[in-house]
Amino acid sequence: MTVQTQHALLAVRDLRTYFHTFSGTVKAVNGVSFDIGEGEIMGLVGESGGGKSVVGFSILGLIDSPGQIMGGQILLNGEDLVTAGEDRLRQIRGREISMVFQDPMTSLNPLHTVGQQMDEVLRLHSDLDAAARRKACVEMLESVGISRAADRLGAYPHQFSGGMRQRVVIAIAMLAKPRLIIADEPTTALDVTIQSQILKLMRQQIAARGASMILITHDLAVVSEMADHITVLYCGNVVERGRTRDLIETPAHPYTRGLIDSIPDPANRHPRLKQIPGTVPDIRNLPKGCNFRDRCPRAQALCAVEEPQLRPQNASQWAACHYPLQPGDLA
Amino acid sequence: MGKAGAFPDPADKKSQYSDMLGYLIKRLIQMLLVLWIVSLVVFLMMSFTGDPVFMIVPIDATDDQIQQARRILGLDQSLPVQYWIFISSLVQGDFGQSYVFRQPALALILERMPATVEMVLVAMVLAVVVAIPLGVYAGANPNGRLSRIIMAGSLLGISLPGFWVGMVLIYFFAVHLGIFPSSGRGETGEVFGVRTSLVTWNGWHHIILPAVTLSLATMAILLRMTRAGMMEVARQDYMKFARAKGATRQDVLYKHGLKNALIPVVTIFGLQLGDLIAFATITETIFSWPGMGKLLIDSIYRADRPVIVVYLMLVALIFVVINFLVDLVYTLIDPRITLK
Ligand SMILES: Nc1ncnc2c1ncn2[C@@H]1O[C@H](COP(=O)(O)OP(=O)(O)O)[C@@H](O)[C@H]1O
Ligand code: SF4
Ligand SMILES: [Mg+2]
Repeated sequence: MTVQTQHALLAVRDLRTYFHTFSGTVKAVNGVSFDIGEGEIMGLVGESGGGKSVVGFSILGLIDSPGQIMGGQILLNGEDLVTAGEDRLRQIRGREISMVFQDPMTSLNPLHTVGQQMDEVLRLHSDLDAAARRKACVEMLESVGISRAADRLGAYPHQFSGGMRQRVVIAIAMLAKPRLIIADEPTTALDVTIQSQILKLMRQQIAARGASMILITHDLAVVSEMADHITVLYCGNVVERGRTRDLIETPAHPYTRGLIDSIPDPANRHPRLKQIPGTVPDIRNLPKGCNFRDRCPRAQALCAVEEPQLRPQNASQWAACHYPLQPGDLA
Repeated sequence: MGKAGAFPDPADKKSQYSDMLGYLIKRLIQMLLVLWIVSLVVFLMMSFTGDPVFMIVPIDATDDQIQQARRILGLDQSLPVQYWIFISSLVQGDFGQSYVFRQPALALILERMPATVEMVLVAMVLAVVVAIPLGVYAGANPNGRLSRIIMAGSLLGISLPGFWVGMVLIYFFAVHLGIFPSSGRGETGEVFGVRTSLVTWNGWHHIILPAVTLSLATMAILLRMTRAGMMEVARQDYMKFARAKGATRQDVLYKHGLKNALIPVVTIFGLQLGDLIAFATITETIFSWPGMGKLLIDSIYRADRPVIVVYLMLVALIFVVINFLVDLVYTLIDPRITLK
């Protein structure tokens, strides 16, 4: 189902986003590149603190001080968003690219009705009159599975359950028919049963509109069901990327392998999961050489000296590792 | 879909109204209770502070005359009886006569109330108009240079005593520059039967300095509350979500942020409003403003007990009413707060 287009909808090139804090510079995103074609879903995975959210906010130009985009390009249909002005970015936000946040309990304004919060998008990005906007909001709410939609425009967020609120958030994100949705852990805060409903809804909405999506998650299981491509982030760097099937079946980077091994297997009722040993290092002073060295079972002398670069492993897969796993390797 | 129960059903309208009525009745009883307690406190306070008889009788009065005055004033009765007389006449709307002016005490106060209220209103509007934008700015840019200046200024506003500020303003604007009068109320006009100086140029000319003096401390407090609230709110996801929709920074701050930061600001606003109306005494004295605060000071000097008593009861009433209004405003701001 992957449509590999020549022309990428979004091309991120060597993105660097740093936070200048009192205790040093946090290189949260340090040279990240990837492409997303029209209609594609890209999974952006990695442990917490890897820089996934910062990538998402960088694309929307929503990095606030002390953060700053230090370099690179974010090309939306060839237009560089890094150098675009705030006025242009505001046209793009919500209209070309929209975002769904992790926690639906906090991403809606508690003091505005659902209708007001939906209407805001259409007032910003369309010329519709009040009646037409209202109609569009009702239709959108219905399409994300909210019944009695017309009545509920007047309701406040606290009158909805968590899953319902995330449906509202998705409705808001879809309202101006954006080309790209950035979903930052959209189901992490929800009950397991509701998670799959929401994911299904998102896939449906994206497909119906031919939109693309960046699905940010720490959960490889979720992303392997949804995404066409996967990009794995570790300490602000891409350590591996590739087509979903290839990456899951034959991971080349030991970190990807570790993430896959820690997925709970519903068939295998083994209670203890294989977690990646150790913890994510402090980004403010990363070790020389490979960032994953201290946790890597394959590390050798070279890994402490030289930083591995992203290199093609096969037709679709790239990994940044001196000693990548070969198909058939067990660890 | 589940959770439908969380939505108000049209059929619930009736029970909503009876809820509301129940709330109002409960609130009214609470208010009366507060006023009753205040009446007790005020009465006891008055009974133990000096004998007003000597303020009334001539200096050369005989013992007989003094005794007679006592009887007329009811001061020869036991405390409980005195309180009974006091409270039952209050309930009947008889608030007593001023010893000094020989006029009904309430009328005396009400006559001076518009002067105080108009000055306080100007002061509060000024405070809000300055404090809110500066507070929003300082909260949204906590590390900015301008924010630091604003915060330093607000610290001055809180710590400088009102009488000193008033005197400096008089010296500079009235004595030195001569662009504002130093004292008194200007010409007044009548609006809905109330005499106010807010309808004449001369009135405005006179009210500016005292109103500014009165507003500074409140302005500083409201500014700091707004800033603290905005700093808290700025971290919330819905602020970033609003920006991700394409809203301007300004819209996000004011439409999404400010409303969420407003509850503590409204609380303080209510308290300050009551406080200024009740105790604008110092400012009124400095500017010879003929308001009720000045009447209070004069009455205290002259031990004009009925006026003091009615004044304090009125102040209690004002606070109780403002408190109620503030609670109503909460429900307008936040749909999660209901009247219960
Ligand atoms: N406002 C900020 N100030 C300082 N550091 C930040 C800020 N936001 C994010 N970071 C840092 O950037 C890194 C990446 O964060 P994030 O993108 O949120 O990770 P993820 O979404 O992958 O869990 C973290 O180390 C985090 O501490
Ligand atoms: S470069 Fe070395 S340490 Fe880093 S992941 Fe590869 S094998 Fe492990
Ligand atoms: Mg994150």
